[in-house]
Formats: sequence, structure tokens, C-alpha cells
Amino acid sequence: MNTIFNISRRTFLKTGVSVGAGLTLGLYLPSSPAETPPAVTDILFEPNAFVRIGTDNSVTVTVKHVEMGQGTYTGLPTLVAEELDADWAQVKVVGAPADAGRYNNLFWGPVQGTGGSTAMANSFEQMRMAGATARQMLVTAAAQAWQVPAAEIVVKAGLVSHAASKHQASFGELAELAAHLTVPESGEIKLKDPKNFVYIGKNTTKRKDSKAKINGTAIYTQDINFPDLLTAVVAHSPRFGGKVKSVDMSKAKGIKGVVDVVQIPTGVAVLARDFWTAKKGRDALVIEWDNSQAFMGSTADILASYKAKAENMGMIARTEGDVAATLAKTTKKLRAEYVFPYLAHATMEPMNCVVKLNKESCEVWNGEQFQTVDQANIAQVVGLKPEQVKINMLYAGGSFGRRANPHSDYVKEAASIAKAIEGKAPIKLVWTREDDMQGGQYRPFYYHTIEAGLDEQGNINAWHQRIVGQSIVTGTPFEGFLVKNGVDETSVEGASTLPYHIPNLLVDLHTITSQIPIQWWRSVGSTHTAFSTETMMDELATATGKDPVEFRLALLKEHPRHAAVLKLAAEKGDWGKPLPKGKGRGIAVHESFHSYVAQVAEVTVNDNGTYSIDRVVCAVDCGIAVNPDVIRAQVEGSIGYGLSAVLTGAITLKEGLVEQTNFHNYPVLRINEMPVIEVHIVESQEKPSGIGEPATPVIAPAVANALFAATGKRLHDLPLKLT
Amino acid sequence: MELSINGKSVTVDVDADTPLLWVLRDHLQMTGTKYGCGMALCGACTVHVDGQPTRSCSMPISTMVGKKITTIEGLNSKAAQAIQSAWEKLDVVQCGYCQSGQIMSATALLEHNPKPSDSDIDSAMSGNICRCATYVRIRAAIKEAAQTLA
Repeated sequence: MNTIFNISRRTFLKTGVSVGAGLTLGLYLPSSPAETPPAVTDILFEPNAFVRIGTDNSVTVTVKHVEMGQGTYTGLPTLVAEELDADWAQVKVVGAPADAGRYNNLFWGPVQGTGGSTAMANSFEQMRMAGATARQMLVTAAAQAWQVPAAEIVVKAGLVSHAASKHQASFGELAELAAHLTVPESGEIKLKDPKNFVYIGKNTTKRKDSKAKINGTAIYTQDINFPDLLTAVVAHSPRFGGKVKSVDMSKAKGIKGVVDVVQIPTGVAVLARDFWTAKKGRDALVIEWDNSQAFMGSTADILASYKAKAENMGMIARTEGDVAATLAKTTKKLRAEYVFPYLAHATMEPMNCVVKLNKESCEVWNGEQFQTVDQANIAQVVGLKPEQVKINMLYAGGSFGRRANPHSDYVKEAASIAKAIEGKAPIKLVWTREDDMQGGQYRPFYYHTIEAGLDEQGNINAWHQRIVGQSIVTGTPFEGFLVKNGVDETSVEGASTLPYHIPNLLVDLHTITSQIPIQWWRSVGSTHTAFSTETMMDELATATGKDPVEFRLALLKEHPRHAAVLKLAAEKGDWGKPLPKGKGRGIAVHESFHSYVAQVAEVTVNDNGTYSIDRVVCAVDCGIAVNPDVIRAQVEGSIGYGLSAVLTGAITLKEGLVEQTNFHNYPVLRINEMPVIEVHIVESQEKPSGIGEPATPVIAPAVANALFAATGKRLHDLPLKLT
Repeated sequence: MELSINGKSVTVDVDADTPLLWVLRDHLQMTGTKYGCGMALCGACTVHVDGQPTRSCSMPISTMVGKKITTIEGLNSKAAQAIQSAWEKLDVVQCGYCQSGQIMSATALLEHNPKPSDSDIDSAMSGNICRCATYVRIRAAIKEAAQTLA
């Protein structure tokens, strides 16, 4: 269990005076037993704790995960407020500093970061314990003050009261008293029975970040400013792996307002007091690029080489029974090939980072998603120790995986600029949309084949899936966890975990090495495996003449959570009801991040081959639904995000150059393309699982299956084009 | 150059080709208006120029002299208040980065068309990208705001 200590009490004991600060609790974890609590001399209100109760009656919750839209600044405080019985209005939220000792992701070992839809799942007990501990201390303080039994004290909506003696106090009034108490052992803390929840599952906690994001006062990295701040715009090699051969900086330096031009490992940075001048300076650089080590290929070459690889057996990700022998003697077989393009994350806020470098320290402002990794990489660039790098976690203007870059690409670039100018001014690196779109870190290009056999009764007797693509985690700190026997689990997840009962099953993988920088993209492996598996299941159902829902349910007897969402989506999505000509309905089900999602998509196909997605009905089982409205929002948004990849998303290369630059040639979903969405959340007592990602991968197969229903045409390549 | 921003007269000394967006952000420290694409494709930089929703990233400052500029910081019309309240009531925002621009476009819509139809909403808002795809709630919030104004 977690060890909780009382920072405010330590401060009190050390200084001998009450800090007037109220109660501040920290949590220490068994993974770092040797760690001592932070120095107490200047500890007052330092955010090294999860719960802080001020004498002003505020409850401040420190959130260790980045708020990038997924609602973590609401979800995690909901857990604290629940166990503390706080009034939601008194709850404030602050972001945690980089500190893996206190704020690590409990699923990732000694690593602080946000990803894999784990924020709620890994924090569920930790944050409830933090709230419950604070509550118990307030009760103890009240019992002592009023000389009444603690068991008779009631806490409700931020008020502590004792009916018989008619005593009542706010948290703020008790905070100082509580600050002097010893923290109870975790074994003495009792969490609430779920039947007594007032916030969890109740839609009683509105988003904490709404107001600031509605009136323009929310601060993102792009908004950070200092009087002496310099904005840096960088000329990058147009090709991956290209280097500066020569650069003529004279014209750039001659532009009024350009303060400096420096060469850095990733290109040439122009610094000015404002963005526009820095960009003008960059445009005036004359650079000759050395392409001797650069990637010079095109998308067509990539596909051809992947197809050639797929001729042979790869590394085995899963094998059951004897696929080869079964397929050899099966007469009814289906085979399909699938092509998935590179995809850009295209966050609304292009990559950026602020760095202030001094001799002994480095301070960073960032929509920080990968604290420990970035801290170590920055430290290496600037020649300091990781603990000398202070990271301020700001709101991120979207991420979808992008800001959790295992190589800290843009963050390191910012640090290298600060170093190149020897820290003479704080710098803000700003990537333009074009830098962002062409800067790599894409969802990898993949090629799949699936061959499946049907026996005479119409049962799937064999399934062989082959996947070809780059490995996201090889060469990153996550390789040790996620690459097993040569297979990157993130390349095959969703395929290797196929839930259907199939006696002979084989999934194999060819991992490609390439210079094209790649990264996880909302729902990672499932972005492609959900599509190939769920469209093939639809083809097999059609081949047997069975209803796609019944066909799946018969093979999901050992997977009740898959079956339940499938049934729920079918029921709510009017499955089986006739549609007019030109319209179609398709269904898909998939598990990712321990959450189960099924969707029914309805499409209209026009005579010219264009189509629209009219309605999506989604059933989701993500365990206990802590904030149902945030879950609905995530599902709506995940479907919208996935639809960009369905309709248009593709990064392509020609002779080493990325062909897309901005939203005109990398179109993304707009409001007029957004379907009506209905979300149905399964009641569950299971622990909360992921919700930021699991609805994204399901939409592409649901739409492809709907397009088949409308047109009789099977589509195997994304984006889905009928003409 | 003398500009009128949120009802106040402001003098700036910048190159004539500097886009309004960067004057607001880098010279006047009004950071509610966001940079998203620089090509008038995404709408994150939307402000009102003489009441019309305008992409400030593509408006050279020299063309702004003599015009009335309103940014998210200066929104205070009835329609704006209705929009912002509806946004809060429905918890529209996710990452929030595009939302200043969404609110500027939505406010302009209601100021010109107090009872927009579904297709009016889609057409007025299709210049504003939201990568979190909060579109379902944007539609609902505009309708909610229109109702409160009625």
C-alpha cells in the first residue's frame, strides 16, 4: 500500500510554528522505499502532494497526469472529492511537477507520464486513498476539538458536523488542527462502499477546465511569455536523416528583429523577439542539405517492400492449433490484404516548448506528457542532472500520443537551442503547422494479410494474420516491457488478442526498420488491427450467410464483456431494421486498454461515390464509469478522431519528401462531417479502465462494414474510398 | 499603426505585413486567440473584424487600421454570454485550444442569425477545426444558446 505522510506536520515540527497552511498530504510508494520526503524548509504549499486543504477552505488536488482534453483534471479530483466528501465547488486543481518518486504512473514502474489510457485506471485507488486519509484526519481533528467520539461525526459536502453537540466546521476551519496530526496508516483507512458514492458515476462533477478554456485565459505552452523571451523557429531537413551541409545565415541575420541564428543538431534555429520575425528569418536562410544519409523513398516503394516481406513467415505473435494444415485441406477460404498509411497526429496546438537554461538549472514549460523521459533527455542535452531540470506541466492543446515522444524530439530541440545560445535568454520553440505535419512521428504504415477458412458448417476453422510494419517501441525505454521474443506487442495488439473462438490461429509479424520517425497514435496497434480483424469477420459472416452480430456472438461465449457491448450496440443501433436504398449499417466490436467498445455506423452513399456517416451508436464498458459525461465526451471525440483516418487521413512520401503540409492537403474531420453520436455506458463494478482511446479504432471497421451493406463493395485500404 | 481592439485604441510598431494574430499574441500579450495553421484553414485564430468572423493569422496588420477588432478577451455581447454559458453548461471543451475560435465563430453566427438551423450551424462552423472533435456538443451548445436568447 501507499505510505502517506503529513508534509504540513513535518513543516510544523521542523519550524516549531504552525505554518498556517492547513493540511497537506503526500503519498510515497513502495517502489521507492529509500526515498526521503522532500526538504521541509521551503515546503509550504509546494505541490509535492495530492491533497492540500487551505485555511481558506480550498481543497487543492495535485494531478500527476497531463490535461490534454481527456478530462483528467476533472476525473482524478472527482476521486479525491468523493472520499473526502468535499463540496465540488471548493476543489481546485494543479498540475504536478516532474517527480517520478511521487507522481509516477503506477502501471509503468518508476516512470511519470500519461498514455495508454491509464490515468484513471492507475490513479483510482491512489487518489481515493488520498481523499479518504485527509477526511479521516479532519474527523480526528474535529473529534479532539469538540471532545466527541469520531464515529459520531458526519462529513458531507465540505462540512464536518456532530449532531448531538450541534458542532459544525468547514474543512478550512479544521485544516490547521488536522495539520498537526500524525497521518493514519493506510490499513486504518476505509474507502467508501460504492453504494454511498455521491460523485463517482453521478454526473455531479463538471469539468474543472471549462471556464478558462471558454474565456481564453487557459495557458498553453504557446502562451508563455517573459520580457526577454526569444521565439525560435527552426529550419529542418525536408528529408528524414538529412543534415545541414552548408548554411548562409547572412540574409536572416540582416532582418530587423532577428536576434540570433544558431546551428543545432536538427537544423538551423532563428531567434527573434516575436514569431513573425523569427519565421521571416528562417525563410531567409539559404541551406544546402546533405542527403547522403537521408530517406529518399516513396510510399509506393514502401508498400512494395512490405508486400515482398509478407511472402514469408515472420516472428510468431500467437499460435494455436495447426493453421497451415487446416487451410491446406479447407476449400472455402477468404483472403484479403490491407494497407494503412502513415498518419499525423495533427494536434490543434503544433509542437512547442519553452526552456530557460541557467548554469545550475533548467526550467521547462510544456504540455508535458512524459515527465521522466523528457527530464532525462533534456538533462543530457544541456549537461545537467535530471533533478536539475524542472518541468512545468501546462495544458496540452491536444496530443493523441504525440507529446509522449520516447525520444523527446521537439523537447530536446528546444533544449539544444537554449544550450546553443548559452542560456542568454529563455527561448520558446514554435513549430509551424508545416513543421508539425512534416516532422514525422507518424502512426506507422502497415500492411496486413488475413487468410481464413470456413468448414462445411460455416465455422471459422483457421485464421492466419500477417502484419508488416515498423516497431514503435524498439529503441525506446519501453522496449524491455513491450517487445517479447522479437515481437513488439504494440504492432500486433488487437490481432494477437483476437477474442473469437477459432481452433487454429496464427498471427505473425515482420518488423521493418526505417528512418521515418514513428510513434503511437490514439489507440496504437488497434488503429490497424481492429480494422482488418473486424472487416474480415464481416466478410466471413457474409460468406456463411449469417447475421454479423449472431456470427460474432457465437464465437464470443468466453468473452462476455465483448458480447455485452455488441448486443447493446446492436439493440440501441436498430440492428436489423431495414434502411432505404443507398444507406447501410455496419457493426464492429473491439477491446483495447481493457475497455470494450461496439459501434453501429449508419452511412449514406451518394450516386457519385461520396458518402456520409449519419449516425453512430456506441456501447462502451470501461468498468466503473467515474465521470459518465466525460466518458461520453471521450467517446464522441474518439469517433470523430477516428473518422479523419476513415475519410481522408494519409501521409505520403515522394522521393523522401512528405507530400502533406497543412490542413488543405491533410484534411481532418470538420463539423459538417460529424455524425450524430449516441453513447451507451454499460453498468459495471469492475475497476475503471481506459477511455481516451478505445472508441477510436472501432469506427473504421464499422463504417467499412456499413459501406459494404450499402454498396456490396468491400474496402480493405484506409482511408475508405469508394471511387 | 493605430488599431481599435476591444473598444480601445492601441498603437503598435510592427512591419505592415505582420498578421493580426501575431500582433495580438506577441506584441499585445493577448493570448486567447490561438495559432493553429497560419493559412486560414483551421479557425483557431478567429476574431471579429467589424463584427465579421475573421481569421487573424492571414490578415496583415496594415489592413486592420480603422476597423473594429474584437477578440475573445473583449467578448461581451448578449449572444457571446449565451454562447459561453451554454459551452460551460454542456462541458463542450476538451483540450480547449480551438475553443476561443469556435466561440468567436459561434457568437458571430448568433449575432447574425439568432435561430440557426442544423445546416446553418454546420456551415457557419465548418471553418473551425476541433481535433478533439467536440462537434456534437458545439452543435448542441449553439442550439442551447439560441434558445436562451429567444
